[in-house]
Amino acid sequence: MKRFTLVVGLVLVCSVVLTALVSLVWTPFDPIRVVAADALLKPGWPHLLGTDAFGIDIVSRLMIGAQTTLQVGIIAVSIAAVVGVPLGVLAGQGSGWVSEVVMRASDVVYAFPALLLAILFAAAFGGSTWTAMAAIGIATIPAFARVARAGTLHVMASDYVLAARSCGTSRMGIAVRHVMPNIAPLIGVQASVAFATAILAEAGLSFLGLGTRPPTPTWGRMLRDAQNLLFGDPLQSLWPGLAIALAVLGFNLLGDGLRDYLDPQLREVS
Amino acid sequence: MIRRVGARLGILAASLLAASVLIFVVCSALPGDVASVILGEGATPDQLATLRHQLGTDRPLPVQYLSWASGMLQGDFGRSYLSGDSVASLLGPRLAVTFWLVTFSLILALLVALPTGMYAALRRRHWDGFIATALAQIGMAIPAFWAGLLLVAVFAVGLHWLPANGYVPFAEDPGSWAAHLVLPVLALGLIQGAMLTRYVRSAFIDVLNEDYFRTARAVGWTQGRAMVRHGLRNASLSLVTVLGLQLSSVLVGAIVIESVFALPGLGTMLLQVVTQHDLQVVQGTVMFLVAVVLVVNALVDVSYLIIDPRLRGERE
Repeated sequence: MKRFTLVVGLVLVCSVVLTALVSLVWTPFDPIRVVAADALLKPGWPHLLGTDAFGIDIVSRLMIGAQTTLQVGIIAVSIAAVVGVPLGVLAGQGSGWVSEVVMRASDVVYAFPALLLAILFAAAFGGSTWTAMAAIGIATIPAFARVARAGTLHVMASDYVLAARSCGTSRMGIAVRHVMPNIAPLIGVQASVAFATAILAEAGLSFLGLGTRPPTPTWGRMLRDAQNLLFGDPLQSLWPGLAIALAVLGFNLLGDGLRDYLDPQLREVS
Repeated sequence: MIRRVGARLGILAASLLAASVLIFVVCSALPGDVASVILGEGATPDQLATLRHQLGTDRPLPVQYLSWASGMLQGDFGRSYLSGDSVASLLGPRLAVTFWLVTFSLILALLVALPTGMYAALRRRHWDGFIATALAQIGMAIPAFWAGLLLVAVFAVGLHWLPANGYVPFAEDPGSWAAHLVLPVLALGLIQGAMLTRYVRSAFIDVLNEDYFRTARAVGWTQGRAMVRHGLRNASLSLVTVLGLQLSSVLVGAIVIESVFALPGLGTMLLQVVTQHDLQVVQGTVMFLVAVVLVVNALVDVSYLIIDPRLRGERE
């Protein structure tokens, strides 16, 4: 049971990654070309999940959608981690006012949920994959800063840091040699959970028509198209949503599983 | 204690200021001339200059920011360059729709999360507790707008029990008002409830490890009774914070849900002005939403200081 979460998470995440990789070189049908004659076919052969209103194979579109999902997740989480972690470590190591300024700034950014920031960016610069990734990334910085700060405070209170300090190791040296390796697992867990949130935010944006532009298929966009067909062909709304939910579930479980695996003390709590 | 409350309100003011600068900078980042957009291709330089002067866009950016910010302090969130309507007059009539959606969703989320989370905490070593946790995990993975689509597919398209979309004001027809809100609230509230369940569960697991809980059990109280009498009160403290933090995710969820159900709320309006590139209104609306989140979270913190003597800290 203890490993159950981790294994299910890993399997789900790996299948999304694998799907995206395969779709780079092969999809069953052309994921973009309109074939009017094949519009709205029911699930069957050769279109396993049927076709959409433009006669495009749904399986192929879902596979390409995995690419966008992963791309947005990877870039957004990287932005958040690269900015947030050093800030958090700085706040954890620094004097009172540095910590206060960093944390208050992160509180302000925290009041901008990813989706709202992305809508603001879309209004100012026009919606695209890039505004989505930037907005989600920036909105996620506080989460990383908080985790990194909490971890740093914990490490800084330890005896080995005291020893390093008494040997005259610089702050930077302590940060690189002691703090970073010790908080790395925490950051890994946070990254996995943030990935799940990023996928949800991107899906919401694409659903609103403010994310990745057509014709590139995304899961959120597919749901937007499916909404118009809800009365005639409700099955169309099922597949992209299922893909989003499974991907999000995968990253959430992976994060939870990693945390339990890395920190036995926490197994009980969450 | 008064000093602490004062300090918290000072932080709130600084946060509002920082947020407004951030929003203004993003909205003014791209050089674009509103005047030439309004007047179109054939405008003479004179006409353009006059309009720019009227709109105030010929002033330097810091001056424009100050006039926007000082207006907001007096309740004026700006004016649309395109339609001439004030942002406040656009927000006003739509506020009620979003307010009801968000409030009912939060209530539903609590009604779902409290029992589920408590049960999951009590039975955490049993299969039924595991199922409660797993359900919450699955609910968290489902985008609220997809839940909305599925609910429409089942209850509106399939069973014809409820309207698929649209809105009727309460004053016009209370029954129809409620019917139109059921599916959006279910979609948003259930998904939010799943997220909340996790917090409730870990808050109660903390309580289960406390001495007072063990004492209550030792004197013969049932688990359920000890949980409700002692657990609920102690856990409620951390839950109020979480609820405050959840407000921003419910607000954002409401924006998307409104678009699924064609509810004429703030979210629908925001998306409309985003597509029209009416930046003045975008700026005012986003500021309004962010201000709501910041103010509510400050109130949560202040209410804490009043409720919980432990937080008042050492004598100042």
